[in-house]
Amino acid sequence: MVNYGIAILLLPLLAFVAQIFVGKRLPRNGDWVSVGAVALTLCLSLAMFGVMLVKYDPEFSVDQTWTWFDLGSLKVQIGILIDNVTVVMLLVVSLVSTLVHVYSTAYMEGDLRYSRYFAFLSLFTFSMNGIILANSLLGIYIFWELVGLSSYLLIGHWFEKDSASDAAKKAFLVNRVGDIGMFIGIMLFFTATGSFLFRDVFAGVESGLLSTETLTIAGLCLFAGAIGKSAQFPLHVWLPDAMEGPTPVSALIHAATMVAAGVYLTFRLFPIFTPAALTVIAYIGGFTAIFAAIIAVTQNDIKKVLAYSTVSQLGYMILAMGVGAYTYGLFHLVTHAAFKAGLFLCSGSVIHAMHHAYHELHDHESDPQDMRNMGGMKSKMKTTYLTMLICTVALAGVPFTSGFLSKDAILAGTLSFTMHHPEHFLLALFGFGAAFLTAFYMFRLVFMTFYGEPVRREVYDNIHESPSAMTAPLVTLATLSFFLFFTLPYFNPFSDHGWFTVLIEAQDSVVPGHLNPPANEIAGEMHHAHMPAMFLSILIAFSGIGLAVLMYLQKRISADDMAVKLALPYKLSFNKFFVDETYQRYLINPSLILARMIAFVDWELYDKYIVNGFGKVSVWFSRIVGIRWDYDILDQKIVDGIGRSISFFGSGLRLVQTGKVQNYLVWVLAGVIMIYVWQTI
Amino acid sequence: MVDLNSYLVIGALLFSLGLFGVITRRNGVAVLMGVELILNAANINFIAFARFGGMDFSGHVFALFVIVMAAAEAAVALAIILNIFNNLGTINIDEADQLKQ
Repeated sequence: MVNYGIAILLLPLLAFVAQIFVGKRLPRNGDWVSVGAVALTLCLSLAMFGVMLVKYDPEFSVDQTWTWFDLGSLKVQIGILIDNVTVVMLLVVSLVSTLVHVYSTAYMEGDLRYSRYFAFLSLFTFSMNGIILANSLLGIYIFWELVGLSSYLLIGHWFEKDSASDAAKKAFLVNRVGDIGMFIGIMLFFTATGSFLFRDVFAGVESGLLSTETLTIAGLCLFAGAIGKSAQFPLHVWLPDAMEGPTPVSALIHAATMVAAGVYLTFRLFPIFTPAALTVIAYIGGFTAIFAAIIAVTQNDIKKVLAYSTVSQLGYMILAMGVGAYTYGLFHLVTHAAFKAGLFLCSGSVIHAMHHAYHELHDHESDPQDMRNMGGMKSKMKTTYLTMLICTVALAGVPFTSGFLSKDAILAGTLSFTMHHPEHFLLALFGFGAAFLTAFYMFRLVFMTFYGEPVRREVYDNIHESPSAMTAPLVTLATLSFFLFFTLPYFNPFSDHGWFTVLIEAQDSVVPGHLNPPANEIAGEMHHAHMPAMFLSILIAFSGIGLAVLMYLQKRISADDMAVKLALPYKLSFNKFFVDETYQRYLINPSLILARMIAFVDWELYDKYIVNGFGKVSVWFSRIVGIRWDYDILDQKIVDGIGRSISFFGSGLRLVQTGKVQNYLVWVLAGVIMIYVWQTI
Repeated sequence: MVDLNSYLVIGALLFSLGLFGVITRRNGVAVLMGVELILNAANINFIAFARFGGMDFSGHVFALFVIVMAAAEAAVALAIILNIFNNLGTINIDEADQLKQ
């Protein structure tokens, strides 16, 4: 298993190296190298998945550790941890990655930096696999930064556009804020337990090496990394902007895998979170879920809607972690990865078609991503329409889909948590409210894009279905949105009981003092809340869909009238609650002013007077030293004087050198006589 | 009446004459002859010390060595002078001042 893991880790890295160095010289710009490498990782992941299903052992876990370096008292170890969670995550990542690679061969065709794009896509796959396979906080951190880097590179793929390079920078910097917190958290745990390995950290926490308060703070610091990477409020601002990257990238990185890394991290570290930390996590997740859903309702850019939807769904997963239903958070991650990647790829297909239609008409002004320019595309793009509908239904949480199972479980967990802690009733409100809005905005998207009358007939006439390299991944992902893949070997579409819930068991908290309820107690309570949560969520999903039908399909309620009536909420939602503007005004501008002030001090005062002053003094001093002392005295007198005196003595002594042996003999004789005289005296 | 000093005086005279010849003569062969005189002056001293100074047979043996060495030296030196003549067309050693360069 460990060998499989290493192969899965290194194959995409090899593809990256090959692509970046010789990609351009290979046939087809070398896309087959990347596609082949990730397809191989998919095969290996499937093999591992098969082994896992055959074993069917919830306790299965392989942990292989190597010493990275050993400095006496400081010993740093890294390694690979493979358990059922790893296997499932590897399968998700390699599957979505393979589909996105295949999809990209068509979507990115003719792109200027085609091989570079695939190189970075492979680099991302490598880094993401690294996060999943790491068995230590340090290992996760290393790959965490690597996914950040590849995300930066891919968002900025079209860096000629200012908006793309700005978005890339924004994503990188906003993530940095969270990562600093994460780094502090890692160091807090390392100082307390002396190890980065999960098992050592857990053991250290269990034996009470950290006080409850420190543990809360350290846990929240680690969670800050997850806030950044998983785009939770208040660091969610980078994800919608990241949609400037190519759409397949959005599907892979900003919907299915990388943004889920934060959820995965929280999942892995769940046992060390204290109740206080979990409450904060739950509120951040719940608030993000409803907050982003409200924004998504009024957006007109098809990718922006999906982006905010992703933020909202990630909020759900984090909420599930916070209320203790954390295996269901991971479950939602897995189901969400399939249908959200599907939705993004569908939107990519639509954008691709729109783009080409505009291109045919030589229209470079209109925005191919604006849903107000679309409409009626259902009959032109049948495959895309059907797959998108299936994925939308799954995201809305309609029964018989995978999304229903996972979302229902999360809502059940939230409901049972609220029933035990009535003071946290807001969490349930957040959860169910976001479920309603999700159903509404997703169907709004589908109706605006695929139904109704086309806005411009000539554009509509030029719309064509995308090539099969693009539709095949869509069909695969839409198929995976059905409940069956997650409930096997059972066939009950209303219960999440299946291989996933059996193989991925919740672990008990290791926080000392039994502050958190044990896992089986949470599971029992959730079971009681399951029925009411299910009825409520079905009701809510259908009412959301119904409202969307009324407003955007039948147009019985005018959306414009609603916008006027609800002017204030509409304005807030449309402008994304002015979060970016607030940051601009209260964080970025003050920093800029401060930076300018410091720059002024640096340039005008420090550089001008101190640095330049030093320069002037040095010039003056060196002039004195150089001209007066060195040249006039040292060079002229001493150095030249020695030379001159030697040449003077030389010219005298040269006369002695006659070349006549007899003269020399006379000198010898004179010398002997002198020695004789000397001796005698 | 004939004692050590007489021999030493003769040796010293002979040495001085030889040295004078070596330093002053321009002819290479004459210089060689001066060298022979110096060597023979040394021989006289050796024999004198063997007879009067208690050097015994060592003095005789040394004298024999010096004679043998003088023969060898004469052979080599004459060969050098012959070469000087071949190269310069003269055996005047003032002309042979290439060491100056």
